[in-house]
Amino acid sequence: MWGPLAGIVFDGFAYGMLLFLLSVGLSVTLGMMNFINLAHCSFGMLGGYVTVTLIDQAGWPFLATLPAAFVVAAIMSVLLERLLFRRMYRASDLDQCLVTIGVVFMSVAGAAYIWGTVQQPVQLPAYLSGSRIYFGINFGEYRLFLIAVAVVIALALVAGLEWTRFGAQVRAAVDNQRMARGLGLDVDGAFSLTFALGSGLAGLGGALAIAMVGLDPAFAFAYLVYVLIVVSVGGLASIGGSFAAAALLGISDMAGKYYVPELGSFLIYLVMVGLLVWRPAGLFGRR
Amino acid sequence: MASPQTVASPAAAHLYLERQTRWNWAEIAFWIAALSPYLLFDSYLQLASQIAITALFALSLDLILGYAGIVSLGHAAFFGVGAYTAGILSKYYWGEPLSLLVVSAALAGLVGYASSFIIARFRHLALIMITLGLGLLLYEAANSASWLTGGADGLQGVRIRPLFETFKFDLYGRTAYAYSLVVLFLSFLVARRLIHSPFGLALRGIRENPLRMPAIGAPMASHIRRIYTLAAVMAGMAGALLAETTSTVSLEVLSFQRSADVLVILILGGAGRLYGGILGAIAYMVARDQFSGVNPQYWYFWIGLMLVAVVMFLPNGILGGLAKLSASWRRRFT
Repeated sequence: MWGPLAGIVFDGFAYGMLLFLLSVGLSVTLGMMNFINLAHCSFGMLGGYVTVTLIDQAGWPFLATLPAAFVVAAIMSVLLERLLFRRMYRASDLDQCLVTIGVVFMSVAGAAYIWGTVQQPVQLPAYLSGSRIYFGINFGEYRLFLIAVAVVIALALVAGLEWTRFGAQVRAAVDNQRMARGLGLDVDGAFSLTFALGSGLAGLGGALAIAMVGLDPAFAFAYLVYVLIVVSVGGLASIGGSFAAAALLGISDMAGKYYVPELGSFLIYLVMVGLLVWRPAGLFGRR
Repeated sequence: MASPQTVASPAAAHLYLERQTRWNWAEIAFWIAALSPYLLFDSYLQLASQIAITALFALSLDLILGYAGIVSLGHAAFFGVGAYTAGILSKYYWGEPLSLLVVSAALAGLVGYASSFIIARFRHLALIMITLGLGLLLYEAANSASWLTGGADGLQGVRIRPLFETFKFDLYGRTAYAYSLVVLFLSFLVARRLIHSPFGLALRGIRENPLRMPAIGAPMASHIRRIYTLAAVMAGMAGALLAETTSTVSLEVLSFQRSADVLVILILGGAGRLYGGILGAIAYMVARDQFSGVNPQYWYFWIGLMLVAVVMFLPNGILGGLAKLSASWRRRFT
């Protein structure tokens, strides 16, 4: 009785950690600039493809490709931010949505052009592909690894946001952007850095996602919805909120697919709309 | 630039609105030209009817997005409700197209009215998320209820009777285009009358400043509910038209892709201008027909590029660009 349930909770939690990595950047950048970046998952997809390409073409070991996925996604996001997004900060919601959806369309088509539309396989190293059994529950090695990475990153982010000068600047910009500018903070510079960091984390998430959920050009759209759910439920610029929301979403999605597979994703969307109607600022949001 | 619109008295306001409602020659010419496929492009009538349906769908989105400023990423929900209603009723009960159209529109309107209570309470990101969520919700519901909708295989066995029991919906689309065009034109008349009414002005007020409208005593929530319901009715009609003229209904009518497409079409043509959706539909559908050899995967690359370009360089779409051109033309030569 408890075996399958604990297994689902564990798998769901690992899945949730993936969603956390994919979405935490968006939650912070959205909080800082009110910029609705629907293209966030495209950076995740890019990270995934970087990993696949490096493993297949260049023969890199899996672990070494993860920083590369982070860096490439971050660099790409800086380029796009400088070229395109920077001009959209003062634009209406609609224009921001349109431009970023346009970027998603282009990234999906570009990925299909370069890598084809088939699912990309990834060969995991031996030490990550087994599983261990504790208390009669099956823990996949890879999932343990995923959870460890996500927890370390979450702690680092919380620490960075709470105790560094840069973190304080980010928090100030989130709380009151005009006031922060008035005090002479370089909000735009801080935002660029945050944006790059967040997109890099999405890239890392994308790279880690392949072994669990696969990778094809539809990734940028398919996970966009999940990421938006995490952001809107977790509240803006709250690392803890994103973490909790992602874990909750991962576990409930996994449980829903296990116990009531005929409903598909219906439950998740229902819960999302319900939560948004109930608390528009998110479960853990402050505003 | 546009004439100054300092409105002093209620009478002056009505004069202004009356001036707006007058038909000018370009509009009349446009609707006469809409008949030209029968004479000039006989083989494209099926495409023309698709364009008319898409234009009606875009017009319905224009009412809420262009005029009331409600950004929706899930407008296909109502299109899909209309299409499935018409399809399912024709499969199990009767196939008379006009009554199907009315029933489908009514049901879509009902769904729209129900969701409008949620819509009216939110703006910004929450609103975008909720429209997206509601659209996805309906898509998944239709996908799960495969005993009714046929699920991913599409609805089989849609049977539509001839229009007025005389005009069959043939392969060439002769009936389909006339039928779609008439429905589009009538809906357009309603929309045109509406946005040039005081109610239409109030909608634009909501779009321009949602904080000030309640402050001057405008019942914003009820305005939004009304226009949202009406837009749902029109979208439902467009969906029903599609089901009737093609005799097929698939899950695609509810998909996010369709919501995004109609948004692209409206933005391309120019939102907040009655003809924007129609022009956008013509441009988009003709382009897609011409480039139908291109893999749809790559087709979306150009759509994305165009979206970015339109927002950056042509903020009010084709119509906005034309209006700017003609204004500068007039300044130079008069």
